[in-house]
Amino acid sequence: MYVAVKGGELAIENAHALLAQVRRGDLSVPEIGLDQISEQLTLAVDRVMSEGSLYDRELAALAIKQARGDLIEAIFLVRAYRTTLSRFGTSAPIDTAAMDIRRRISATFKDLPGGQVLGPTFDYTHRLLDHALAGPSASPQSKSAVVEFDRSDGGENKEGLPRVTDLLVNDDLIEPSPTSEGPARDLTREPLSFPAGRDVRLQNLARGDEGFLLALGYSTQRGYGRTHPFAGEIRFGEVEVEMFAEDVGFAVPLGRVAVTECQSINQFRGSATEAPRFTRGYGLAFGQGERKAMAMALVDRALRASELGEEIKAPAQDEEFVLSHSDNVQATGFVEHLKLPHYVDFQSELGLVRRLRKAFAAPLPSPACQGLQAGGATEAAE
Amino acid sequence: MNVPAYNFAYLDEQTKRMIRRAILKAIAIPGYQVPFASREMPMPYGWGTGGVQVTAAIIGPDDILKVIDQGSDDTTNAVSIRTFFVKTSGIRTTTATTEATLIQTRHRIPEAPLREGQILIFQVPIPEPLRFLEPRETETRRMHALEEYGLMHVKLYEDISCHGEIATSYAYPVKVDGRYVMDPSPTPKFDNPKMNDCPALQLFGAGREKRIYAIPPYTQVTSLDFEDHPFVPYRFNGTCALCGATDSYLDEIITDDLGSRMFVCSDTDHCATRRAQGHDRSPRVGGEVPPHDPEPTP
Repeated sequence: MYVAVKGGELAIENAHALLAQVRRGDLSVPEIGLDQISEQLTLAVDRVMSEGSLYDRELAALAIKQARGDLIEAIFLVRAYRTTLSRFGTSAPIDTAAMDIRRRISATFKDLPGGQVLGPTFDYTHRLLDHALAGPSASPQSKSAVVEFDRSDGGENKEGLPRVTDLLVNDDLIEPSPTSEGPARDLTREPLSFPAGRDVRLQNLARGDEGFLLALGYSTQRGYGRTHPFAGEIRFGEVEVEMFAEDVGFAVPLGRVAVTECQSINQFRGSATEAPRFTRGYGLAFGQGERKAMAMALVDRALRASELGEEIKAPAQDEEFVLSHSDNVQATGFVEHLKLPHYVDFQSELGLVRRLRKAFAAPLPSPACQGLQAGGATEAAE
Repeated sequence: MNVPAYNFAYLDEQTKRMIRRAILKAIAIPGYQVPFASREMPMPYGWGTGGVQVTAAIIGPDDILKVIDQGSDDTTNAVSIRTFFVKTSGIRTTTATTEATLIQTRHRIPEAPLREGQILIFQVPIPEPLRFLEPRETETRRMHALEEYGLMHVKLYEDISCHGEIATSYAYPVKVDGRYVMDPSPTPKFDNPKMNDCPALQLFGAGREKRIYAIPPYTQVTSLDFEDHPFVPYRFNGTCALCGATDSYLDEIITDDLGSRMFVCSDTDHCATRRAQGHDRSPRVGGEVPPHDPEPTP
């Protein structure tokens, strides 16, 4: 005989015990350490810090370990921790022109002050599986053998390298970088509303899913809201984070963070009142996140369509569409909530479909419904 | 790495204040969706983060909490949320509807009538009743502001012209206090009448969508309909196989692979209470229906 289902509590406990077991895997294989993750899976750590909106390599590594390498799950763990941290202030804007450069390339100028710096990149590697890496790798070239970018050379890097867009702005060929008006809003403290300002848009995109932004950016390149982009500059390196201290009256350094910045240069044909000049798209990610930063810059520029008087006809230009669906923690939660029981609603739908089928089989057809769908039956269950 | 110590009921007091302000505003404007700065919770969006935040913001040490999902205290997510509050607030919990001061629910309103002083907290996935008619928030907010609900009535009318009835079986839209059209969350429309003139306070939390709304006690809540096509709450015309109830909402249980099924109360506390009072299976052998039986008329 059927009895009401009980035992959810025990089932959950058992599931969690199983999860812990598979997370650890084969006990004869040494357990992975957080230092191994943060040192050897650096780009995974970078992504979790970026989309988790928390710059902490150790916590990101812990999240990746706990999430069994599922980066969206790791991002979720970091976010849920971050939200409990108290805010004690807002840092001064970082100055990426003063970045301690590890990589800097421009696709718009062959050479430029400071030069092109390839740095550590997958670019120009041949994507051939390196079977030598399968075993314990012979220690790679020792640091001294790698020709380091000589930071003392000419002293210019000590002062930072000028940004390509700053070189263009002098001739008024590109729009000036917008100045901020008042303190930036914080999406994690205020609900998103439309139209969203540039600060909110950039925060949303910086936290947004890399894959989602990649696909949207890609779509603009294929004609869905084309923006004629050039990779004006991509730079990666460490910058100082400072905070203005009221007590002492000046900004004090808090530490350094590694960031990747992408500034795209896009066409603007001008309007009746404005001369043609280049416009900007902006992308920024923690760590080395070039794909993310580039995609973000493309989408940022596409979302400026209404500001620049461009026709809005593609998904990437649609602010509500992009900003409402970019967050992978929200998206994964809502998609996966379909796993939760829905039998109460399904029971209601069963009743409805049975009635509709009965009516369908009955002799009186209803002519009015051609072209209409059964609304209730097709709406997704929540 | 230091282990974080969490505040009573997880949320910090500043966040609770922010949520309480939203709740107060929601109560002041029944049925209006108040935007609030929803936090990232340690459970996924879509799994009750809105309800959990509302509960966390108003729960006190003297409260007795009941959590149900699909009417049952023992479904996995209900268990998980109840455990969360026990862990973070050490609160007393119960499965008895009459004993609880706070009831957090997903998809059902308990069968037992609620009383003054109780608070029912709904988990809401999509708070906007107009969302599937108009996907843009900027548009739907304007429509609410102008009380422009023609689109909804056209949809209901099309249902009737197409199917002879309004083909919405759950999340059936209601009008609150004669003003705002509101989504009751995906409860079956069977539960809609319970919202009307209810002595308990009803709060609705949508975490992912960052909205809170409310129905104050004793507020008029009417399900949208037409004079010639009045609202009809649906329930399967059967009897609970366990307690013999003929007026409760029923779950359909498939009992074998030949299509046999039986029906039991979806509200497990209601069912257990009735059985404790000596109610038993009905003479109809528990409302079991033979395979492929067309549904009895409601």
